[in-house]
Amino acid sequence: MTAAAHPAPSPSPARRRALLTGGMLGVGTMAAADVVVFHLVLGWHHFYDRATPSVGLLSDGLLQTSYLVLLVAGAFRLADARRAGTLARRSAVAGFVTGLGAFQLFDGVVDHKLLRLHQVRYDVDLLPYDLAWIGSSVVLLVAGLVLVRATRHEGRDRADR
Amino acid sequence: MSGALAAGWLLAGGAAALPAWLYLTGVRIRADGGRGWPPGRTAAWLLGCLLTGVALAPPLEAAAAGASGHMVQHLLLGAAAPLALVLGAPVTLLLGALGPAARRPVAAVLHARATRALTHPVTGAVLAVGGLYLLYLTPLYALSTRSGPVHALVHVHLLAAGCLFAWAVAGPDPAPRRPGTGTRVAVVVAAGGAHAVLAQLLYARAGELPPGAGLAAGEVEAAAQVMYHGGHLADLALLVALFAAVYRRRWWSAARAGAAADGRLLTS
Repeated sequence: MTAAAHPAPSPSPARRRALLTGGMLGVGTMAAADVVVFHLVLGWHHFYDRATPSVGLLSDGLLQTSYLVLLVAGAFRLADARRAGTLARRSAVAGFVTGLGAFQLFDGVVDHKLLRLHQVRYDVDLLPYDLAWIGSSVVLLVAGLVLVRATRHEGRDRADR
Repeated sequence: MSGALAAGWLLAGGAAALPAWLYLTGVRIRADGGRGWPPGRTAAWLLGCLLTGVALAPPLEAAAAGASGHMVQHLLLGAAAPLALVLGAPVTLLLGALGPAARRPVAAVLHARATRALTHPVTGAVLAVGGLYLLYLTPLYALSTRSGPVHALVHVHLLAAGCLFAWAVAGPDPAPRRPGTGTRVAVVVAAGGAHAVLAQLLYARAGELPPGAGLAAGEVEAAAQVMYHGGHLADLALLVALFAAVYRRRWWSAARAGAAADGRLLTS
């Protein structure tokens, strides 16, 4: 609110690292939850629905492994920062929520609608499902961005490490 | 019939017991020389031996006649067992157990140009995942169900290529000129992507693939999903091993640097 009181809003390196770490974990977590909940437990998403163009298949193959990289690399970045005592905790949470929403939005728009890897659910009227999916992702994303803004001064006042 | 069953158990038991015995001999030689060996490494190697034995044991061989059982067997043999074996750091153990005279030729082999090419992560990825493309997109799979020797060769290839790949990507063993973390992660992503695409291809053409195998479409569809999700589990384990090694090395060198700064570092 009082931006004038903080004339030099350059984020501390610890905060920048924490935002990225949280974001990586958020994207990776949501991607893993998508596979476990919607593919394996509920069985709503189809493995492959024959409407998928081959570019969709190839990008899905590469993306799924990349999400695993984000999840694992994020977890070790978190462990690193905790061990070094430089973790900007609230910024990491802000990045995490933003990452959750960002993945969900990407999945709902690009994976489901543009690449047509699969739909949210089959043999139902898709519109409410798509609206709920994309709507919840926007809510998460906005909540994350609000948190990112709210934590923007974290780690600036006290000396780093 | 029971003779074949006994032979199957003998083979699986031997495939598990022989490498376990060799490894434990190496650990004992070290211990005799007064040098310890991390118990976690021994446990990893023994787990790898166990997984190899389980994958080759008659019950799983019988289950592998079905497409899904076949995929489980392949994941054990080509991904799970190799990672566990590699985490046992067998090359470090071997070099440590050998005398200086015997160590020199082994080191020469390790540093040979051909070994360097063979132990590059890209080579491992191409051999491991490329081998699967060859298996499922050509009549090789159908042939392996009819011919015992081909079946055995496929297993040997899976295990060897899996070990090579895991060793190059995540091995705690020192490798001459192992590429940096970024390159190794990129190779895992590419290999994992290629593996997933093959699984989806099998699913999409479940009626026709693997050629000449005569498998029911539903069976191949189920197996393709085991392959897809199992492959991602394998990627996850491989990435955890890779990043854990990087993490451990970083903190180990930080501790060393700290100790050196304090003047406490012993000359190694």
